[in-house]
Amino acid sequence: MSTTNAPKFDEMLNEDGTVRSAYADFRNWYDAQDKSWLKRQDGEAERFFRRIGITFNVYGESDAEERLIPFDMIPRIITAKEWRKLTKGIEQRVRAINAFLQDLYHRQEIIRSGRLPINALRNNEAFLSQMIGFTPPGGVYTHIVGIDLVRTGPDEFMVLEDNARTPSGVSYMLENRETMMAMFPDLFTQIPVRPVSDYPRRLARSLRACAPAAYNAAGGKRPVVAVLTPGIYNSAYFEHAFLADQMGAELVEGSDLRVMDGRVVMRTTTGYKAIDVIYRRVDDDYLDPLTFNADSVLGVAGIMDVYRSGGVTIANAPGTGIADDKAIYSYMPEIVEFYTGEKPILNNVPTWRCSEEDSLAYVLDNLKDLVVKEVHGSGGYGMLIGPTSSKKELAAFEQKLRARPENYIAQPTLSLSTVPIFTREGLAPRHVDLRPFVLVSPDGIDITPGGLTRVALKKGSLVVNSSQGGGTKDSWVLED
Amino acid sequence: MLGRAANGVYWMARYLERAENTARLIDVGFHLALTGSSKDSQHDEWRSVLTTAGLIEDYEALYSDFSGPQVFNYILRDPENPGSVLKMLEYARTNARVVRTSITNSVWEATNEGWMTLKDMLARPVRETNLGEVLTAIRRTGTLVRGALEGTMLRNEVYNFARIGTFIERADNTARILDVKYYVLLPSNAWVGSNLDNQQWDTLLRSVAGNRAFSWLNAGSMDPREIARFLILDGQFPRSLVFCAENIRSNLAGLAKEYGGETSAHALLRDKLSRLHQIEVEEIFDQGLHEFLQDFITRTNEVGAVIAADYRFTE
Repeated sequence: MSTTNAPKFDEMLNEDGTVRSAYADFRNWYDAQDKSWLKRQDGEAERFFRRIGITFNVYGESDAEERLIPFDMIPRIITAKEWRKLTKGIEQRVRAINAFLQDLYHRQEIIRSGRLPINALRNNEAFLSQMIGFTPPGGVYTHIVGIDLVRTGPDEFMVLEDNARTPSGVSYMLENRETMMAMFPDLFTQIPVRPVSDYPRRLARSLRACAPAAYNAAGGKRPVVAVLTPGIYNSAYFEHAFLADQMGAELVEGSDLRVMDGRVVMRTTTGYKAIDVIYRRVDDDYLDPLTFNADSVLGVAGIMDVYRSGGVTIANAPGTGIADDKAIYSYMPEIVEFYTGEKPILNNVPTWRCSEEDSLAYVLDNLKDLVVKEVHGSGGYGMLIGPTSSKKELAAFEQKLRARPENYIAQPTLSLSTVPIFTREGLAPRHVDLRPFVLVSPDGIDITPGGLTRVALKKGSLVVNSSQGGGTKDSWVLED
Repeated sequence: MLGRAANGVYWMARYLERAENTARLIDVGFHLALTGSSKDSQHDEWRSVLTTAGLIEDYEALYSDFSGPQVFNYILRDPENPGSVLKMLEYARTNARVVRTSITNSVWEATNEGWMTLKDMLARPVRETNLGEVLTAIRRTGTLVRGALEGTMLRNEVYNFARIGTFIERADNTARILDVKYYVLLPSNAWVGSNLDNQQWDTLLRSVAGNRAFSWLNAGSMDPREIARFLILDGQFPRSLVFCAENIRSNLAGLAKEYGGETSAHALLRDKLSRLHQIEVEEIFDQGLHEFLQDFITRTNEVGAVIAADYRFTE
C-alpha cells in the first residue's frame, strides 16, 4: 500500500532523470519543437474545442453553464506490453462483473457460498428487484464499461472504480485524438500510435448484436439503435449527440418516445417507428415513471414492461449499478475469483468498509491520511481527502462518519503516477488516472486501445474529476 | 427524422432570420435618427422601430424615454426583454444543439460562433459608436449559417424544414414591416415627389434590404405603387411575399416527394397563399393594403401551425 510518503512514479522520467522508453520518441520530437510555437498551438486547442462546442455543464453553476474541460497537449503514453497486461486484467474483470450481475439477479450463488454478505444487497438502492429472474438480450448486462485505473509504479495498475452504469468521457477520448492529429500531424507519422477512431463503429456493432427478441421475430434489415439523452442541459449532452451522430443513430429524449403495441416507438415526422436497442444515458431511476421515480419526465412510461417481454434492449441493463457500487467494490477481488476461478490480474485499491466496526475504528484513527468516499457518491462530490483537509474539515467529517458509517468507505491516499503537462514554464508533472472503454456483446469483449486520461492540473492535486478542475489528455497505446 | 428534430431546425432557422431582420430594423432606425431633424422625430422613429418589432407595449411598460441607445439596447440585449436579439440567437443556438445530429458541423459551428461572438459583444451596453459593428455581426451570423446550410447540407427533410422556417419567418417579417408603414404607400397620402416621401419610401426599402435592388430595377425613380408591387409580388426579390410563399411551397413539395405523399399543409398552402401568383397590385390596393397584409400574416401563421401539427413537431 502506498501513501503520500511513498516515492512518486513519473511515467516519463526515471528517478535519475533519464527518459523512459515509452516516451523516448515523443521526447525527441518535443525537444526539437519551437516552444513559442507550442504555446500558440496550446491557445489554438482551446479555441478549437469551444467552437465545435465540446463543453460540459456543471450542476449548480448557473453562470458558467457550459465549461470547457481543459485539454493538455502532452500525450499520456502506454507501451504495447503494458497494454497487453491491462487488457487481460480488464477483460477478466468485465467478464466477472457480467457473471456477477447474472448471478445476483438469479440464484445468488455468491451469497449462498458466503463470499458476499447479504447485507451488501439489503437496502442497496442500486439493486433492482424488477430485474430478478430476467436475463437481458444476449445475456449482456454491461454493454459499455469504463474501468478507472490508477498507476503507482512501473508494474502497478490498480482499479479505482468500475463504471458499469453509464460511463461518460469517450467523446473526449475521440476528440482529443482528433485535435492532436490536427495540431501535430508529424507526430503521428513518426510514432506508431494505435487508432481509437473506430470506437463509434464498434459501439454500434456491439449494440446491434444485442437486438431483442422482437427484432429477431420481425426480421428487419438491421436493428434500429437510438441514444436516449436527458437533453441539452445534461452535463454530457455533447457526448450523447456526438455518439449518436458518429453511430448514425437517432438521438432521442423521453418526450420522443412512447410504448405502443409492445414496442418502444419514437415520434418521427411521418409517424411512430419502433426502436430495437436503446443506448440510454439516463439513470435507472428516471427510466420508467411507472416503475421507478414517478416524477421523471426523462424516461418512457412502460418501457420496463416492454423490456421484460423482449420488445427492446436497454444498454446498459437497469440494475447494473449494483456492480459498481462502492460498497460492492471492496469485494471485487473475491467476485473476480468466484466467477473466473482465477486470481485477479488487476488489484483493487485497499478499501476499508466503515460499516465494519474494526475498519471504522481504524479509519477514525487515521482520517488525516485517508481518502473517504460516499458509497453512492460520484464525480468527486462528498469526498474527504485527509492530507489536504483542515482540522475543522476533518472534525466535521468525523461527525458524518460516526452518524452513518455504512455510508462510507476509506482508502489510502495513493501516490498516483504523474505525467508531464505543458505549462508556460515547460513540462511539469501532474497526477493522472486512466479510463479505458470496454464494449461487451455476445460476440465478446472489445477494448479500444487507449481511453480517457484525466489529469489534475493543479500542482500536487490528486483530484482528476472534471467537475473539480481536472483536465484531459490524449492517451496513446504504442504499436508493437 | 424525429418530430422534435424537425421542430428544432425549423425554429433554429426562424430565430436566425428574425435576429437578422431585427438588426436591419435597428439599422434603419439609427440611420433615420442620424438624418432626423428634431429630437421628437427621432423619438418617433425609434417608437416605430419598436412597433414593427412587436415590442412597443413591453417597452412602454418599462420605459418612457425613446432615445436611441435606450431603445436599441432594449431590443438588442436588455435582460428584461425576452425577445431581445441576444435571446433570439440563444434560442437559435439552443435549437441547433438539440438537433446537433441532424445538421452538419459547419451549420453548427456557424450558429455557435455567431452566438459566442454576440454574447461577448452584448455583454456590455452598446454605444452608438459600436452599434454598426454589432449589427454587422448579427447579419453576418445569418449569412454564414445560410451559407453553411446551402453548401454542406443534404437536400433532404432536414434542409426542407430549415428552409420552411426561414421563409415563414421572413414572410411574416416583411409583411409586418410593410404593415407598420403601409400608409406611406397609400395614394391619398402621397405628396408625390416631396422629400419626405422619398425618404420614407427609401426607409421602407432599406428595412427589407431592398433599396439597392429597387433602384436598380427602376432606374432610381420612386413610386409607391411600384414599391408595393416590388415588396409583395416581385418573384425575383428574395424578401418579397411571393418569393417567400414560393419557397415555402417548393420545400413542402420536397417533403411530399421524400415522404411519398402530401399532408393537409400542402392543400392549405395552395388554398391560402397561391393567389399571390395571380393578383395584381391594383387589386391589393382596392382590397385595402392594410387588410391584405393582415390577412397574409394570419394565413402564413396558419400554414406554419399546420406544418407543425402534420409533421408532429410536438406530442
